[in-house]
Amino acid sequence: MTTASSATRPANESAVRRFRNRWNELSRPQQWVALIPLVVLIYLIPEINAPFLASTSVDFATSMFHAAEFAMIALGLNVVVGQAGLLDLGYVGFFAIGSYVAALLTSPESMLAKIPYLATLPIAMIVTMIFGLLLGTPTLRLRGDYLAIVTLGFGEIVRLLASIIPVFNGNVGLDNVGHPPKLLGQTFSNTDAKPWYWLMVTLIIVILLFVGNLERSRVGRAWVAIREDEDAAQIMGVSTFKFKLWAFAIGAGIGGLSGALVGGQVSFVNNQDFSVPFSVLYLAAVILGGAGNKVGVMIGGFLVAYIPDRFNSLGDKKYLVFGVALVLLMIFRSQGLLGARQRLLARGRQAYRQLLGRPEPITSESSVTPDGGAQ
Amino acid sequence: MHPLTAFLADGSSWITFDVSGFKAEFWSLTFDGLAYGAIYALIAMGYTLVYGVLRLINFAHSEVFISGAYAVVFTLSFLGFGGSPPGLSTPALIGDLLLAMILAMVVSGIVAVVLERVAYRPLRKKGAPPLAFLITAIGASFTIQYLIEWWRGPNAENSVIMFIPKPLFSVFGSNVDDQQLIIFLAAIVLAVGVDQFLKRTRFGRGIRAVAQDPDTATLMGVNKERVIMLTFLIGGILAGAAALFYVMKVPSGVIYNGGFILGIKAFAAAVLGGIGNIRGALLGGLLIGLIGEYGATLLGNAQWTDVIAFVVLVLILMIRPTGILGESLGKARV
Repeated sequence: MTTASSATRPANESAVRRFRNRWNELSRPQQWVALIPLVVLIYLIPEINAPFLASTSVDFATSMFHAAEFAMIALGLNVVVGQAGLLDLGYVGFFAIGSYVAALLTSPESMLAKIPYLATLPIAMIVTMIFGLLLGTPTLRLRGDYLAIVTLGFGEIVRLLASIIPVFNGNVGLDNVGHPPKLLGQTFSNTDAKPWYWLMVTLIIVILLFVGNLERSRVGRAWVAIREDEDAAQIMGVSTFKFKLWAFAIGAGIGGLSGALVGGQVSFVNNQDFSVPFSVLYLAAVILGGAGNKVGVMIGGFLVAYIPDRFNSLGDKKYLVFGVALVLLMIFRSQGLLGARQRLLARGRQAYRQLLGRPEPITSESSVTPDGGAQ
Repeated sequence: MHPLTAFLADGSSWITFDVSGFKAEFWSLTFDGLAYGAIYALIAMGYTLVYGVLRLINFAHSEVFISGAYAVVFTLSFLGFGGSPPGLSTPALIGDLLLAMILAMVVSGIVAVVLERVAYRPLRKKGAPPLAFLITAIGASFTIQYLIEWWRGPNAENSVIMFIPKPLFSVFGSNVDDQQLIIFLAAIVLAVGVDQFLKRTRFGRGIRAVAQDPDTATLMGVNKERVIMLTFLIGGILAGAAALFYVMKVPSGVIYNGGFILGIKAFAAAVLGGIGNIRGALLGGLLIGLIGEYGATLLGNAQWTDVIAFVVLVLILMIRPTGILGESLGKARV
């Protein structure tokens, strides 16, 4: 916010900034081409048993699937927390609903009609979006901090109902959740996480395109406006309630999708994996990576899932580690590893460069501060 | 079989509408609900005070409370309490319990003040946005929970039974026992005490002034930082008292994450009564206690208690976002 804070940045960050600037000077197709090797590498990770990356205790492909799972969840939660600035502490509730939708519609132990597994993915998304709307409609009109407590309650209600209502089989759970048919020569089963990882990464790319486009559209601009100053946004004619509800529902849908995928991979769903600490881990992923930055939150998700898998002795202390990390991050680097940047969106960026002959300055602070913003 | 029937009661009674049982037990449920509600109310006052002054949901308040509960268990174990009530004379018993309560108040008070110092004050100095405070609160809550888990392990502490409740008198054909009466009266006394403290003392005036307008209060010579510390301290002391009564009512309920859900329900109670309002916290606490007890019996499963508390919270927020008695620690806020 102040001039001093950005003037006294450490030197190592200027390298990051140089890279950022060079990256932003590339045109979009050039960026796409540059990303291809990275995407290929990400797809190949489970095939390469990198000496340091591979953990000793957990199967590497499974570990990478976990990381991808958390990256997807962080991406979904980022829409709610990072883009629209709504604190959702019950995200695990949506994840649980997604898992149960997939399980109820495919497991032989459920009494509902069976359908092919892949068809449950869109259904899981739609059902969780409906739950998102149901929860959001009464609560999004309230002050932000009430939303936090109500969503926290929602997450618990989902877990408790899964224990109480017989159709969910409580602790016993639903076994033999379905899986996709043989795709491109890959057999999906709960013993080999590799095909699941590839499916997950593919869906993450689809979500990235979808969310990225939303971000650059009217919806995304409305979200940023709401996040920065809700009253001002409303005065400027942004229908804040509608866009908050959108963010909430889209975030919920992505949570449901990831839940359905994990339910399929593990092939078993019961009421044990949906407690409040998970919501906090998801939040930790988003905050750690940098709320509002898609790439940042995926890195955050990767770290939150991968560190406990790699350093297995961490056990339950992972919650302690991430709890301390949340406090320290808020005090010392509240924007996370890669913060959301206040910047012009695609067209504006091109126009800026053509008019002024230099790339727009990008700060992690507000775009209207005298030292680094649009003059 | 139609798939929908799976959702309906089929004799396995996961949900019942046991109206006759509810009617028969109504008064004993009421007395028990009031006792639980009194505990919620004591915790809710801590949330309400901090929220009134800082506009912050202090998520870690539940851990302030559970630290006090650990203090109670350790003190009483040290004094020879255990799985069966010790055969102490009444004055000796009261002395032991008072000692446990005072130690719990000290521990909870210290945890609350340290929390404020370490986690929240640096953010205030930076002028961080509200979301940052909330995330810090959650982080702090987790840190304390899992520190306790690291230290004491994932299981509940051995139960310490203080005394076996004896029926004192009966109202409408249902017995009121001494335990229920003690908890209920103690909560009322403490609530009145805090209310009067806020109303009549210099410190209380300071708290109300900061709640109303921090900047003007500072200009008028109120030491804002000290007021905030005092607010956390009072909240911690009340949580310490709640801890004693909680262990009295639920002797084996002291576990590292035992405060979390209780804390959420207490927060729901504070919102229900009107957050920032001490009387509201008392009223809300008692109501949440009653609603939980009634609901669990009516629906035939103790697990419904928490579900009902959350549903009530959402409903109240929809109809009356400022709670039953309204928000008014500073009288003129909002």
